[in-house]
Amino acid sequence: MSEKKLSGENLLEVTNLKKYFPVKGVRGPGVQAVENVSFFIRKGETLGLVGESGCGKTTLGRTILQLYQPTAGRIIYDNEIIYDGGGLPVPKRDGEGKLLRDENGKLIYQEKTDASGAPVLDENGQPEYVLSKKSSVNMLPYRRKMQIIFQDPSASLDPRMTVGEIIGEALDIHKLYENKVDRAEQIKALLDHVGLNTEHANRYPHEFSGGQQQRVGIARALAVKPEFIVCDEPISALDVSIQSQIVNMLEDIQIRNNVTYLFIAHDLSVVRHISDRIGVMYLGTMVELGESYELNRNPLHPYTQTLLSAVPVPDPKLSKSRQRIVLEGDIPSPMNPPTGCRFHTRCPYATDRCKEEVPAFREYEPNHWAACHLLEESHPDAAGKTED
Amino acid sequence: MDNVQQHDKELHDAAHERDAQGEKLLEVKDLHVSFFTPAGEVKAVGGISYELGYGEVMGIVGESGSGKSQEAYAIMGLLQSPGKVIGGSITFEGEDVLAKTREEMTDFRGTRAAMIFQNPMTSLNPVYTVGNQLIEALRTHDKSISKKEAAKRAMEMLELVGINNVAKRMKQYPHEFSGGMRQRVMIAMGLICHPKLLIADEPTTALDVTIQAQILELMKDLQKKTHMGIIFITHNLGVVAEICDKVSVMYAGKIVEQGAVNDIFYKPSHPYTLGLLRSMPRVDADEHERLIPIEGTPVDMLNPPDGCPFAPRCEHCMKICLQKMPPHVEIGEGHKSACWLRVLEKKKGEAFGAEGGAEERQSKKED
Repeated sequence: MSEKKLSGENLLEVTNLKKYFPVKGVRGPGVQAVENVSFFIRKGETLGLVGESGCGKTTLGRTILQLYQPTAGRIIYDNEIIYDGGGLPVPKRDGEGKLLRDENGKLIYQEKTDASGAPVLDENGQPEYVLSKKSSVNMLPYRRKMQIIFQDPSASLDPRMTVGEIIGEALDIHKLYENKVDRAEQIKALLDHVGLNTEHANRYPHEFSGGQQQRVGIARALAVKPEFIVCDEPISALDVSIQSQIVNMLEDIQIRNNVTYLFIAHDLSVVRHISDRIGVMYLGTMVELGESYELNRNPLHPYTQTLLSAVPVPDPKLSKSRQRIVLEGDIPSPMNPPTGCRFHTRCPYATDRCKEEVPAFREYEPNHWAACHLLEESHPDAAGKTED
Repeated sequence: MDNVQQHDKELHDAAHERDAQGEKLLEVKDLHVSFFTPAGEVKAVGGISYELGYGEVMGIVGESGSGKSQEAYAIMGLLQSPGKVIGGSITFEGEDVLAKTREEMTDFRGTRAAMIFQNPMTSLNPVYTVGNQLIEALRTHDKSISKKEAAKRAMEMLELVGINNVAKRMKQYPHEFSGGMRQRVMIAMGLICHPKLLIADEPTTALDVTIQAQILELMKDLQKKTHMGIIFITHNLGVVAEICDKVSVMYAGKIVEQGAVNDIFYKPSHPYTLGLLRSMPRVDADEHERLIPIEGTPVDMLNPPDGCPFAPRCEHCMKICLQKMPPHVEIGEGHKSACWLRVLEKKKGEAFGAEGGAEERQSKKED
């Protein structure tokens, strides 16, 4: 098979992203679904996101697409800031065009001025900027570049629209065709692309099986020729024998169209298979991020270790011989998360420090980040560095 | 605790004795279950046979719609209209289950065989406390037991399945429990009358992996203590590898292969089993390997094809596969497979007086 094109450039950068859902009648920030998550995705790569249900992986995916309004943090897509909640140092970018603008094209960052009104300069003599208001850009042009595939295909396709209309709607919104013939051709090409019969454009979603419905969902996402797709548990609702068909198809699409994926799933074996790198989430925070096979061989964070050992392996001799770490208890409520390290209530190695201090997310080994106090002892060199 | 342990030990010993005598706990022979829908007859289960020994754990693997749950419902007498058992027999400890009356079945469920379901929230009654429901389960089957005694037994049972703070938990409602805890309550309820057979219908599918690991450890532990037989229905081959002694692989209402867990995983002989194993990412893979999927889509049960149901998706499909359902061929001890390739192999083997080539994976296309 042909190789993936990986460039060193970042397509997406997420810094200290937060998403809280306020709860009526409850004091405080409400459900802290995503808490201070920072990571980047390179062009053409697949970043897998795993974690238990309720750990915020879907919320993170949707917040990046701004289907949910973020609470704080910053999202940079292809060198353009698409959301900035303030409070972070303004990144140095070459040219004004790379800085966030509002709908009228006005810069959202303002030159920082001192009391007398003169611009404040940094060490290099460049003017410093501050955020004039918490803001995000108009997402419509970005919807063409960033798409999503949902978990439940039967729930995410309008039952009263034909498959052709569902796929065509995306083309209509972004006006991606010259005439009606062109539109019909494009829909046919897309259906063909995802392995569906091109004559099925006039059928309704209920006439298809689950696997075929998911193919329609993928065709709809591909209709606008996106660069980045959030795959939100795209195979969890499918039968085992169909899952591998869809996984292979997603891999082919990535190579052919040079798409970047954020692949969200709870099935570690599939995530490991499809991803270049994997991020592990627990209760709204990212606890570990590393290259997928490296993470599998050498999990640094205690939670990743338990998660890996909890996955049942389809090999009777191996599964009977291996040692398993069984976690006690359940995942705490994100409305009232534990202090310090959020994992300390279930961590077999928790110390008093874990209960009080939030561990920093650091690069403990090359390209391998984790957030755990225990690692500071075993990796003293990395203790000073934090990810920026 | 003593009461439960004492009782479990007795059960355990009795089961061991029967096991040693070669008696079977459950025998299913040529079971047919059909649903008579307005669109036509759906043969959900099309003639399956298996035996389950005392203390044996059997996995039933299959995709959705393969009939794996309906077969279990038939054993428990829980088939819902328009479903009906239209042929075959189910023998439980020498008794014909299908001949039992409604009252006898009510007694059978709970005391002899119990079932736990995929979604514990829909199987627990939201308006009664957990304690109430456990006590009800006990008193339904044993009217002589006092409420106090029943409450004591219920608390012992909750402790056994690893629930802390039982006195408080007894007074709580199902919504106050987490998903994993609810499944523990379901298991406690299933086991409270000490059944000899537990049917678990995808008990961990709705749970997270870390909770799934807890429940699997619990079930393994309880199985060792009570020596009950378990039928474990799932589509997750990893779970099967972990907990089962033997496996039946179902496809479109038929068992296509059955055998000991090691036979199924290391010497799969039916193309469907092989396909399932190949389509999963390998555990010990150290670098990216492309998956080999099973092409095509599952069978439409309203219009099943003639012959072998897997034939349209099978890479080794021959003419005869499209015409006739293959018989079960014995490949090894207790290892059976329903595939024409194996039938032909066996015939050839007999003709040449050679050993049956069961381990031979590569199969020629004969058309």
